[in-house]
Parts: sequence; structure tokens; C-alpha cells
Amino acid sequence: MSNTKITQLETVITTYHAELLDGWMNDLISRLTRRDKGAENELRQQATQFLQLLITTLGKTSSIDIKDSAWEDVRHLLGDISQSRARQGYSPIDTANFIFSLKNPLYTYLRAALGDQPLQLAEETATTSALFDTLGLHTIDVYQKTREQIIQRQQQELLELSTPVVQLWKNVLALPLIGTLDSARTQVVMENLLQKIVDTGALIAIIDITGVPTVDTLVAQHLLKTIAAARLMGADCIISGIRPQIAQTIVHLGVNLEDVVTKATLADAFVVALQRTGSTISHTETER
Amino acid sequence: MERIPILRMGRLLLVTIQVDMHDRLAMTLQEDLTNRIVSDRATGVLIDISALDIVDSFIGRMISHTAAMAKILDARTVLVGMQPAVAITLVELGLELEGVSTALNVELGIKLLERGKP
Repeated sequence: MSNTKITQLETVITTYHAELLDGWMNDLISRLTRRDKGAENELRQQATQFLQLLITTLGKTSSIDIKDSAWEDVRHLLGDISQSRARQGYSPIDTANFIFSLKNPLYTYLRAALGDQPLQLAEETATTSALFDTLGLHTIDVYQKTREQIIQRQQQELLELSTPVVQLWKNVLALPLIGTLDSARTQVVMENLLQKIVDTGALIAIIDITGVPTVDTLVAQHLLKTIAAARLMGADCIISGIRPQIAQTIVHLGVNLEDVVTKATLADAFVVALQRTGSTISHTETER
Repeated sequence: MERIPILRMGRLLLVTIQVDMHDRLAMTLQEDLTNRIVSDRATGVLIDISALDIVDSFIGRMISHTAAMAKILDARTVLVGMQPAVAITLVELGLELEGVSTALNVELGIKLLERGKP
């Protein structure tokens, strides 16, 4: 594949540069789902830049192996375009179409230039097609990698965001858990909680699991580990926010929560915590 | 031979472990402590491990055994000042030191002992 040479492509693109760009842009814009001037301008800019680079590169090398160093600029530009599209939430098809939609106008002008030489036309068409396929694959590859990076970053952010430890009262901490508990999150939760216990000198930590969608044996085990670690530091834990379904699941699973104080709501747990730390809150009825 | 000092505070005994515990030291401490509980007629023991970054399974078991021995001699043991990393390690090792009371620091540990059985 890499020793296939391109001879006429550069000439064709240079000769029909403006027409090619127009044809390509029409195609691109017709596919555009989000139509506004900004997006169109951006597309036109990218397309112009790409064609320009393509001409320069084809002038420098006759190889169509895009791993070649001569193709580095083109690879780079396509990579940038794919990356920005991945971040903006374009679909992979839209991203790849940027390249593939250049094929049609290009074939038209190849036919116009080489119409009288069918053999050469067939050859040129095949190599051009191969070149654009590899370029298209490259865009998809970069797109995919960018998406993976985004997912990884989001996971990391989720891990950091979702485990706040708040101080409710003197010596009372609350840990509202949201989302499913896996091993990695439990580790972060545990570390945060224990560090906060040291920092604030808290005696009681309320773990609120209202936001935990399901509790299976693994989640229960993680909870129990956290509670055991807090106890070793000298702080008691109360679990609150247990929904009826979760209570049923816990019993059916045979998880032993008997040594742990459990309350249905955070408010109930807070009252217990206040009693244990010797604080009281009184409620006075006021007339409105 | 190196020994860990045992301080007397009224009817409480305070042990502050500040050096890395090796096994022989741990056994000596256990022996000294049980002797002192009897000779000083102590009702409570505070073991402060706030300076320890590492507690292995042997030391963990030694602490839990010491607490059990003290209980037989009618003294309550409170383990104070455990570091978060140590707590996580012990839990991962499956050593939850059941039967040993814990407190965040010496002050809270003394309060716990003075309040009597919870």
C-alpha cells in the first residue's frame, strides 16, 4: 500500500481548488445538524486549512502512507479537528464525514481531468480512496481516544466531587453518600472521613445512604469497613437514610448490621448524635 | 533492655508508644502492663499509639490480647490516637479489635474511662 504513488491528485486539487472547496463545503453544510454562522465559518476555515495542507504535503511526497513524516502536519490538523469535535459532542460519523465528504467532489474533478485516460483514472481513484480511508480512520482513532480521555477525567472528577464530609454540629460529622459504592470510592470516602475525624475531633459520624441506589453485599461490606475504621479511631458511626427496599435487601442478603446503629432518616440520626454528645436543641412553637 | 514507660495517673495507667514496636518489645510491654495493673490497682489503661505509622497484625493482636488480660484484672483499656492510615490497614487486615474501646486522643480517652462503662 505504502509504495502506491499519487501522481495526478496534487495537480487536480491545485487546479480545481476553489471548486473543490465549494463542493466540499456544500456537502459539509448540508450534513450540519446545528446550523449557525459560527459553525459554518469554523468548518470553512478547517476545510480551507486542510486542503492547503494537503496540497503542500502531496507536493513534498508521493507516498500515501500517512504514518510517513511528510504527513505529520495533516495528521496533526486532523487530530486537532477530531479532538475539538469530540469535546463538542459531535457523533463519530459526523467527525469522519469531514474527510469522507471530500471524496465525492474530488472524484468528479478527477473524472474531468482524466476522463480520456480510463486506466489512469481507475488507478488514481483507487489510491485516492485508500488515502482518504486511512485519513478517515485516523480521525476516528483520535476521536475515540479523546472520548476515552474525557470519560477518564469525568470518573476522576466524580470520585473527588461525590464524597464531601460535612460538620453538622460540634463533634458530629455527616457523610452523605451519593451513587454506588465501589472499592475505589470506598477508599476515598474512608480516607476523607478518617482525616476529617482527626481534624475536627468528632465523636460521631452519620453516614447517610439516601443517595445510594442499591446496597448489595459488597456495598454493605464497604460500609462496615468504613465503620470499623472509624471505630478504631474512636468515633462511632450511625447509618441513616435506609429506604424500605434497602432494609429488605439487607435482611434478605443476610448482612449483619446489628452492631451498627441505624436510623431511617438523617434527622433521627442527628437527634441520637446530639443525645450522645450531650447537646440539645429545643423547638418552640411560634405563632405566625 | 529497652522498655516502654508506663505512667500512672491516679488509678489510670498511660502507655505512650513512640518507638517502632518489635515483637519482643511488645511482649515485654504486655508483661509489664499486667504486673502494673495489679500492683497499682489500676482501673483503666490508656494506650496511646498516635506516634505509630505502622501497626502490623502482631501488634494489633497484642493490643487486643492486652485489653482482654486487663479486663480479667478488672481494668478497662482504651486505645487512643490511631492514625487514619493505620485504621484503614487494620480493617483491611480484618483486625477490627473487637472488645477494645477507642478514643481519638488521650483527653477523650480519660473522659471515656471516667464515665464508666458506656
